[in-house]
Amino acid sequence: MTVEVGKARRRKEDARLITGAARWTDNIRLAGMLHMALVRSPVAHARITSVDVTAAVRMPGVLAVFTGRDLAEEQGSLPCAWPITEDMLAPPAPAVAVDEVNFAGEVVAVVVARSAAEAHDALEAVDVDYDELPVVLDLEAAVAEGADLVHPDLGSNKSATWVYDSAEAGAGGDVEQAIAEAEVVVARTFRQQRLIPAFMEPRSVVVDPTPDAVTMWSSTQIPHILRWMLAATVGVPEHKLRVIAPDVGGGFGGKLQVTPEEVIALVVARRLGKPVKWTETRTESMLSAHHGRDQVQKVVVTAKRDGTVTGMRVELLADMGAYLRLVAPGVPILGAFMYNAIYKFPAYKFICHNVFTNKTPTDAYRGAGRPEATFAVERIMDELAAELGMDPMELRRKNWINHDEFPFDTVAGLTYDSGNYEAATARAVELFGYEALRREQNDRRANGDPVQLGIGISTYTEMCGLAPSRVLGALRYAAGGWEHAAIRMLPTGKVELITGTSPHGQGHETAWSQIVADRLGVPFEDVEVLHGDTQVAPRGMDTYGSRSLAVGGTAIVLAAEKVLAKARTVAAHLMECAPDDVDFSAGTFSVRGTSTTMSLGDVVVAAHVAHDLPEGVEPGLDSDAAFDPDNFSFPHGTHLCATEVDTRTGRVTIRKYVCVDDVGKVVNPLIVEGQVHGGLAQGIAQALFEEAVHDEGGTLTTATFADYLLPSAADLPHFVTDRTETPAESNPLGVKGVGEAGTIASTPAVVNAVVDAVRHMGVDDVQMPCTPMRVWKALQAVGGGA
Amino acid sequence: MIPAAFDYVAPTSVEEAVRALAEGGEDAKVLAGGQSLIPVLRMRLAAPTLLVDLSGLTELTGVHDEGDSLLIGAMTRHYEVQRDHLVREHARLLCLATDTVADPQIRHRGTFGGALAHADPAGDLPAPALALDAVMVCAGPHGTREVPAAEFFVDYFTTALAPDELLTHVRVPKLPGWGAHYEKFNRVAQAWSIVAVAAAVEVSGGVIAQARVGLTNMGPTPVRARGVEEALVGQPATAEAITTAATRAAEGTDPTTDGNADAEYRAHLARVLTERAVTAAVGA
Repeated sequence: MTVEVGKARRRKEDARLITGAARWTDNIRLAGMLHMALVRSPVAHARITSVDVTAAVRMPGVLAVFTGRDLAEEQGSLPCAWPITEDMLAPPAPAVAVDEVNFAGEVVAVVVARSAAEAHDALEAVDVDYDELPVVLDLEAAVAEGADLVHPDLGSNKSATWVYDSAEAGAGGDVEQAIAEAEVVVARTFRQQRLIPAFMEPRSVVVDPTPDAVTMWSSTQIPHILRWMLAATVGVPEHKLRVIAPDVGGGFGGKLQVTPEEVIALVVARRLGKPVKWTETRTESMLSAHHGRDQVQKVVVTAKRDGTVTGMRVELLADMGAYLRLVAPGVPILGAFMYNAIYKFPAYKFICHNVFTNKTPTDAYRGAGRPEATFAVERIMDELAAELGMDPMELRRKNWINHDEFPFDTVAGLTYDSGNYEAATARAVELFGYEALRREQNDRRANGDPVQLGIGISTYTEMCGLAPSRVLGALRYAAGGWEHAAIRMLPTGKVELITGTSPHGQGHETAWSQIVADRLGVPFEDVEVLHGDTQVAPRGMDTYGSRSLAVGGTAIVLAAEKVLAKARTVAAHLMECAPDDVDFSAGTFSVRGTSTTMSLGDVVVAAHVAHDLPEGVEPGLDSDAAFDPDNFSFPHGTHLCATEVDTRTGRVTIRKYVCVDDVGKVVNPLIVEGQVHGGLAQGIAQALFEEAVHDEGGTLTTATFADYLLPSAADLPHFVTDRTETPAESNPLGVKGVGEAGTIASTPAVVNAVVDAVRHMGVDDVQMPCTPMRVWKALQAVGGGA
Repeated sequence: MIPAAFDYVAPTSVEEAVRALAEGGEDAKVLAGGQSLIPVLRMRLAAPTLLVDLSGLTELTGVHDEGDSLLIGAMTRHYEVQRDHLVREHARLLCLATDTVADPQIRHRGTFGGALAHADPAGDLPAPALALDAVMVCAGPHGTREVPAAEFFVDYFTTALAPDELLTHVRVPKLPGWGAHYEKFNRVAQAWSIVAVAAAVEVSGGVIAQARVGLTNMGPTPVRARGVEEALVGQPATAEAITTAATRAAEGTDPTTDGNADAEYRAHLARVLTERAVTAAVGA
């Protein structure tokens, strides 16, 4: 049955993407369409004392200028769908600021003009007066006694505190007792710097308000959620609103959002009764599209002298920025289930404080909570190994869940269905040449080589396949985690697959076609995948959290099974036998024990013309299916990184990078490889390059790619990748998800390697990103380096 | 990223270009390859009222052999400099520095003269031009004049060019038999230099006969590491002599502090990179 699944097919969508034939939102041009540009606050915290638009409305081509006050009634408050606690503090979040601004980059006025150029020209003519307020930027200062407040009305900068305690949950012991009884305690504070998702296609939205209904095109990951949330917050009846996500050029979680700009375009287009387009500039994107990470992580790990880990306590400060965006409060909570990682220590406590600052709001960014957790646990395992004088790999072996211990109930309350950490690690160690590199490291240390060698390990797992709806409900998330698929068999035998997933670079059109081709025995080319339009694909929960294959792919399998079940009934009727006597293989029905056969194509025609259908069978051969998973899926793997650290300049060079990932069954190895490479690039970038920096006034000083450093191919090593395959038990495809694995695993592998290179000189941590200057200063601080 | 409106002229001769600049006054800007000006315009950090586009001035492209020196047209694109056999043979330092500028797309647009006239302290061509004692040929309403590199770079993004003057050519003395190296330190491949060192060295009979060392991004303008040059000349071309000389690299410099590096670290880098650049130049 698996002819297509497992095949390294080139992606269907690439021809149009790489020849410029794709249809991005910004390519859409409607008759009479107006253009919108946005005045943004240059200050991080201020009362707006006046907004004077008189000069701007007189500018050439300008049709209207709106202030927050003009739109206050219609714009509502931007939705936050994840109130993690009953008493969570949540400020109103206007799309256009009305009385005050809370981060630099917040929208304060809207210019609408006949052309984009005229709209941009008029921005400077809008005169806004600000009465500046104290700026809250530092997480620890924000929660200190007497801190200035981002939202004085709320009375605190702490939005919510969320706690998980394994003792209270009945999943493990008491961590305070573990600390009291521990032979070894290692405590560290790690900082997850703020990152900018930096998707390739800037955000863009077009709204077409006809008298009957409103159509919105948006560069979004979540057309279905967006439609729901816009209907709920802006008051357009849901059945009168169609949302289309055309080709979307990346998201990384950055387009998992109901954005101010989408709300503004919708409100303004309806107000003017004309189509309106907005496309952001890169700097606008970096200032105002939500950021990711930004946590302070205080981690305590306890162990016996022999290396047995006995407990972990984690206390986080998580920066929400100025407002609570769509799923932001839940992002650090997703990490709560991952600090125990692949280890079986018995006591665990997780405390998370979500904190407001006068910075761009944060939200999901590739991995969302899990990279932060994986970083902290893999870093502190290395620190514990150093404290114990053990090889860090040996420490991991001693504590991980063995393959024969699955399914395994974790101290964080999850059940890991499958895994084989031994196999993935063994393969990675072999490809890496672990022992030889350790020998070289020792030689370089002994020789005092100015270039030292470090080895970093990351034996990670993560949770994908978001998510069982009952779990989301228990975590107070407002939506479910199921996914929908529908199949329409066309009279000529071609197949339309309708999916609720919303790809923005993942290659769903290809992978989904492979799954359908195998299940129905039709050629790959005969499958058309329809998605990203609420009128065409009416139900879905969209694409994020490495969920699309594990959840959406399973819905496709279920839909295909429904088609086949009905087709079997029709085929049996036409071949004059009982349905139970009909076999199906490679697109053909056959009567068992005879030579009588009938192709699926013939059954489709018969079902369509309906000349001779069994009693009670409806014409047509279509199906609908939804899948709600029982459990998450848990990809895992072992990443090994060798870095060379030039102790004279502090420069870090990745000498070798090996990863062996276990993402379960693979539908398309080429797509998996692409996801791994991109994920590694992004994870390595957090370790070495990227950081959103603000000055003391709260202005983002890294608002262009000249200052916010993304690596290119020239800055990355050759990746040695391989896979082991331990099928997931939680879905019929046996798949786990691969969208975030590389990003989650690689950051700690690199930083562990950096620290390992200079640990013998006295360095036990380097703040991310590990810039040459930071490494050099760390060496200077311990009297090392040259 | 839409620039403010501007007028545009595309002259076909240097004379015409100079006239256009003079008529445009203070708000006229020269557009060469656009490597730096286009981003500045798109981010609205500058709003000139007139752009004088030099791309039609074919007389300003190419490299000419003038005996003791090369004459490089200001509109010669980076990728042409990289591949030019005359430059590679007689002024290799320029090729090596140009190899490190930005990325291939930009090297196909950006120009040699544009990069010098822009005078970005973190740009990679001013320090080599200074180290090579290049001479800038400038055309204005009253004819041409020649300005030595040492007088050309005045301050941050500021040169000796008058608003109505145009850099037309750069004269680069040939250094036959010299070794050269450009040691650039940055964080990602296409980024500007945090610090870089341009070194050209003549070794004769195992002894350093002449040395030129230029520093990128160690002050508002490119600077010559005169102390290093003095310390090298007459010394044997040994690791020890080079290391000793390189300790003087930061003398008289005025490095800035920014997100990538503070002044102390830049001074340290100048010393380490000078040692490496001179070592490579001697070995080359």
